Amino acid sequence: MVTGWFTGEGDGFRLLGTRCPSCATVFFPREDVHCRNPHCSGGSLEEVPLSRTGRIWSYTDSRYRPPSPYVSNPELPWEPYALIAVELVAERIVVLGQAAPGVTVADLTVGMEVEVVPGVLHEDAATTWTTWHWRPTGVRA
Amino acid sequence: MTRDVAVLGAGMHPWGKWGRSFVEYGTAAARAALADAGVDWREVGSVVGADTVRGGYPGYVAGATFAKALGWQGARAASVYAACASGAQAIAAARAQILAGLADVVLVVGADAAPKGFFRPAGGERPDDPDWLRFRVLGATNPAYFGLYARRRMAVHGDTPEDFALVKVKNAAMGALNPYARYRKRVTAEEVTASAVVADPLRLLDICATSDGGAALVLSSVDFAHRHGVARPVRIRAVSTVTPRFPNTVLDLPDIATDSAVAVEPADATFRASIARAAYEEAGLGPEDLSLAEVYDLSTALELQWYEDLGLCGEGEGAKLLRAGVTAPGGRIPVNTSGGLASFGEAVPAQAIAQVCELTWQLRGAAGDRQIAGARVGMSANQGLFGHGSAVIAVR
Repeated sequence: MVTGWFTGEGDGFRLLGTRCPSCATVFFPREDVHCRNPHCSGGSLEEVPLSRTGRIWSYTDSRYRPPSPYVSNPELPWEPYALIAVELVAERIVVLGQAAPGVTVADLTVGMEVEVVPGVLHEDAATTWTTWHWRPTGVRA
Repeated sequence: MTRDVAVLGAGMHPWGKWGRSFVEYGTAAARAALADAGVDWREVGSVVGADTVRGGYPGYVAGATFAKALGWQGARAASVYAACASGAQAIAAARAQILAGLADVVLVVGADAAPKGFFRPAGGERPDDPDWLRFRVLGATNPAYFGLYARRRMAVHGDTPEDFALVKVKNAAMGALNPYARYRKRVTAEEVTASAVVADPLRLLDICATSDGGAALVLSSVDFAHRHGVARPVRIRAVSTVTPRFPNTVLDLPDIATDSAVAVEPADATFRASIARAAYEEAGLGPEDLSLAEVYDLSTALELQWYEDLGLCGEGEGAKLLRAGVTAPGGRIPVNTSGGLASFGEAVPAQAIAQVCELTWQLRGAAGDRQIAGARVGMSANQGLFGHGSAVIAVR
C-alpha cells in the first residue's frame, strides 16, 4: 500500500523519504519523479532514511470512527487514537502519524520529543499491514 | 477601462439536509439570482458551474448540467473544480470572460448534496491520491486537521477552548438571523464546551457540518449593468486564486507532511496570508478598508487564524480581537455576518459563492436584521484542498 515509506525493525526502524541530489530537499511521502523545488533543475531523487526523533508540532485525536478507506472492525467499539504531527529538525519537515497504542492526547505536549517506531495499522487472518507510529521518547510499549 | 465586474444578482437555496439532487439546489439558486438581477435566462451568454465530485458525470460537468436544467439556450459553458475554492474559481472564470469581452452576462452556480458525517475520498484503491492516503494510512479526517491547527494555536498563542467557543457563539447569533442558514439557533459558550469532543481540543459545535445547499451569482460588465439600469452595482474588484509558494511549511489538508525547508527559506507569509495579500494587491485596498469579511470557519479556531491571515490583527492576536468584540456586529470589522459555515455547514462547490452572496447583500444594504451599517468594502476568504487559494473583494 505504501511501498518504500519505511524500513527496518526495532531501533533500526526508519521512515524513508527521497532527497534531491541537486538542492538537498527531502520529500516524504517519497517523491520519485522530479524535485518539486521550483528553483531547482533537479536530478534523480535518491532514497534517504529520515531522522528517528523529532519534536511535536501539534497533536489531536479521532474520537469518532474515520470513514473508509480507513479500515476498522465495525463489530468492535471504536477506540480513539492520537495523531501527532512531528517536526524533524534536520529535514525541516513536519510528518503526521498515528501515536503508538496506549499514547493519548493527555500524554502529549507541543515541543515534546518523540521517536518513530514500527506499528500495526490493521490485520486480518491473512495479512498484517504495518505502518509507523510516533511515541514519546523513552516510553516503552 | 475598469477591471471591475458588476454583481447583478445573488441567490441561494436554503442549506440543510434536504435529500434532493445538487441540480435542484443549483437551479433554484440560479433562478433566484436571475430574478434578483432582473435578467432573463436567455440573455445569459455563459454559465460557469462549480463542480461537485459526487453525483457522477453530471457533477463533474456542472456548468452544462445547470444549463440543461434551466433550458438549453446556447450559452457558453465551463465547469471548474478546486475543492472548497471551486466557487471562487468559477467567479474568476466568469470575470475573465467578461473582462475579455467574451460575454456580457455570466451565471455562476455551485451546489452540492453532501453525504452525512465525515467527508471521504472517492472509492477504489488509489494510493497515488494524497486524499485517499491520509484516510487509508492515518484515518486523518478533516476535523483531525482542524484539531491539529487548534492545538497549535493553543500552544503557540495561548488560545483557549473558551476563545474557540466564543467564535461559535458569535456566528450562531448571526446565523439565527439568516433565512438561508441551516442552523438558526443561538448557542451559548457552555453548550459548545459541553458538546462531545470530535478531534481534541475541538468539539462538535466547534466544527462545521456537511450540508446540502446552492448559491449563484449573475455577473456582468459594468457597462451592461449601467445599460440595465443599475447605476451603482456592487462590483467585484479582486479575485485571488493563488497557489502556495514552495516550501509550504504549514501542514495542509490533505497532506501527510509539509514541504521540507532545507533548501529554500519559507516565504515570510503563510499560504493563507498570501491568498489575502494577492486580493488586496489586486484591489488596491488593505485590511483597514474592509467593512466586513466572510471567512472560512471550518472550525472555530480556524476563524481566529483567518483574522491574522487577513491582516485584521497581528499574528497571535486573533483571540484578543474576538474578545474585544471587533469582529462582532457593531465592531470595527464584523466577520461572518452570514453566520458562516458554523451556521450553514459545508456544501463544497457552493460556499465560496455563498460568501459573495452575503457580501453583495451587505454592500447593497439589503441584509435585513444582520445588516452592517454603511458597508462599503467586503472580503471573502477560503482555501481549497490541494493548494487552491480563494478570496474575493467586493465594493460598493
